[in-house]
Amino acid sequence: MKSLGSIRRSFEPWNDPNQRPYIAFENITKKFGDFVAVKDLTLHIFQREFFALLGGSGCGKSTLLRMLAGFENPTEGQILLDGENMSGVPPYKRPVNMMFQSYALFPHMSVEKNIAFGLKQDGMAKSEIDDRVNNMLKLVKLDQFGKRKPHQLSGGQRQRVALARSIAKRPKVLLLDEPLGALDKKLREETQFELMDLQQDLGLTFVVVTHDQEEAMTMADRIAVMDVGRIIQIGTPAEIYEAPKSEFVASFIGDINIFRGEVTAVKGGVVDIETPDGMVIRSETPHAHATGEKASFAIRPEKLRVSRTRPEGGINAASGEVWDIGYLGDMTVFHIKLKSGDVVKASLLNAVRTVEDPFSYDEEIWVSFAPDSGVVLSN
Amino acid sequence: MKLISAITRRLVIIVPYAWLLIFFLVPFLIVLKISFSEPVMSMPPYAPTIDLADGISGIFDAFRQFSFSNYLWLTEDSLYINAYISSIKIAFISTMLTLLIGFPLAYGMARAPSSLRPTLLMLVILPFWTSFLIRVYAWIGILKPEGLLNQALMAIGLIDDPLIILNTDTAVYIGIVYSYLPFMVLPLYAALEKMDYALIEAAQDLGCTPISAFWKITFPLAIPGIVAGCLLVFIPAVGEFVIPDLLGGSRTLMIGKTLWSEFFNNRDWPVSSAVAVLLLLILVVPIMFFQQMQAKSQESGR
Repeated sequence: MKSLGSIRRSFEPWNDPNQRPYIAFENITKKFGDFVAVKDLTLHIFQREFFALLGGSGCGKSTLLRMLAGFENPTEGQILLDGENMSGVPPYKRPVNMMFQSYALFPHMSVEKNIAFGLKQDGMAKSEIDDRVNNMLKLVKLDQFGKRKPHQLSGGQRQRVALARSIAKRPKVLLLDEPLGALDKKLREETQFELMDLQQDLGLTFVVVTHDQEEAMTMADRIAVMDVGRIIQIGTPAEIYEAPKSEFVASFIGDINIFRGEVTAVKGGVVDIETPDGMVIRSETPHAHATGEKASFAIRPEKLRVSRTRPEGGINAASGEVWDIGYLGDMTVFHIKLKSGDVVKASLLNAVRTVEDPFSYDEEIWVSFAPDSGVVLSN
Repeated sequence: MKLISAITRRLVIIVPYAWLLIFFLVPFLIVLKISFSEPVMSMPPYAPTIDLADGISGIFDAFRQFSFSNYLWLTEDSLYINAYISSIKIAFISTMLTLLIGFPLAYGMARAPSSLRPTLLMLVILPFWTSFLIRVYAWIGILKPEGLLNQALMAIGLIDDPLIILNTDTAVYIGIVYSYLPFMVLPLYAALEKMDYALIEAAQDLGCTPISAFWKITFPLAIPGIVAGCLLVFIPAVGEFVIPDLLGGSRTLMIGKTLWSEFFNNRDWPVSSAVAVLLLLILVVPIMFFQQMQAKSQESGR
């Protein structure tokens, strides 16, 4: 069976029509004065899902999260949480907790007191609070640091305290606002996997806001790519990466080559697109096309093949000269300049240590690809 | 080279300290010395005087004549004790009123859009551009029986007869609260402004109502600002002379006024010096407390 990406999923409640969404944004619009932050947005998130809202700054992702937490009220539409209408419910009565981008640790309280804060607020018994706080400290590996004040901790430790504090109350949903933004790259990668494990172990629903596509791809079950207050595409990381619907999504996530051209033939879901370079792209398409119409085709650099001789068949291939070579260790990136002046990026996995007769600068080479390795984008 | 740079670096500190030493400590020592003297009908009106021409022995002679009689006098006459107590009471109540008015003001400023904050800050400092004395005089025009306040209140029919505010303790409170409000607002604003609003949201997110979030987060974090503001108002208010003199009545008892009348009306320099020294001692306690608070808050990092 063919599937997108290298993952076989067992958890996909979004494809099960009998599943009731756990969080439902129904026709949400949010305006700040004249500025429309979120436009008529509908989104369903399921229980135990790790969901990522991905987009650039000002795309409305944080506003969406803050509306779920109760810090902002939607101008129109409603939010349902576990079937309950959240409109008019203040933040302190919602069964959600948030991990803030700045962590928002209370500077005048010790780590223990920070974690216990929400539990005390609920009027939990003291012994129970102590147990829970100790569990949380163990969970985030900060057993030794309970008595410290936040300013005596490193950035990574603070992030853990913030996480422990936000899950101590066992919320129905945990909201994470750029949770790893303040950490350095190595720590961020480690923490990504820790967060995933934690979400699995606790069985919580996570909604994370991020501008980092790698973070979203690594952690999330599904990603919603947002732009100017709308969801542009929603899907699993593999769907978003391998089958982007628009140029925006294609170029937002990872590197991509986009070929623009004219439709020369349409036959039973297969379309021929001719580029100004004279390359003919033949690919399956989910869209309806008419001959003479403009179309664009997107393909990831790692799906391009590079060769010295013209590939057989002559379609899905173009020639150009090697313009730049970047050696990254695990792969080598070629920038190939076509006759039209367009630069195509191709990356080759360095699966072996030694290469006989490697490509060199200014060499005339061919780039080609299999018919199903790229996608025709909707206009 | 190293030595020179070390000396110049020290010099930067030495100059202001020397300045403080000369212009604060020396006058204080003179006052202290006078407070141990006896009043006499001469010029200067106290004895003994130290004449440096007499040399060391002259200074020793003077020391032998010093007495605590002026301090004893302060404890014998209830006027002074009452004046101290009344000053502290008036200063304390005024400080609390200033805090009550200043806190919401500072909070509002700290939460205002950041583009508006410099303007709001400017408005708080604006009164300083006019002389303090003139501003207090202006309150006479506002508070007197035929003044602006009474005219306004009678015009809208709220009262039939003018309120007697001027020359009462109420007028003194109004004057002190008005004059010292910026000293309360500025440190409070500084404390509240650097507070991350996400802390309040985090508290609410964890189950706090807005009111309990205020008491558990905003208030504790504002304490350094509250302490600084209260001391900046309380300390000068205790020794305040101009406001009770202009706005207060004959029955308003404040130590600043007592000191003035002792000095200028009775020409009793030694007793008025003793009053001043004792006032300083009363104020040193809160100043020490203030400095300890400062040190503590610096130690805790934020």
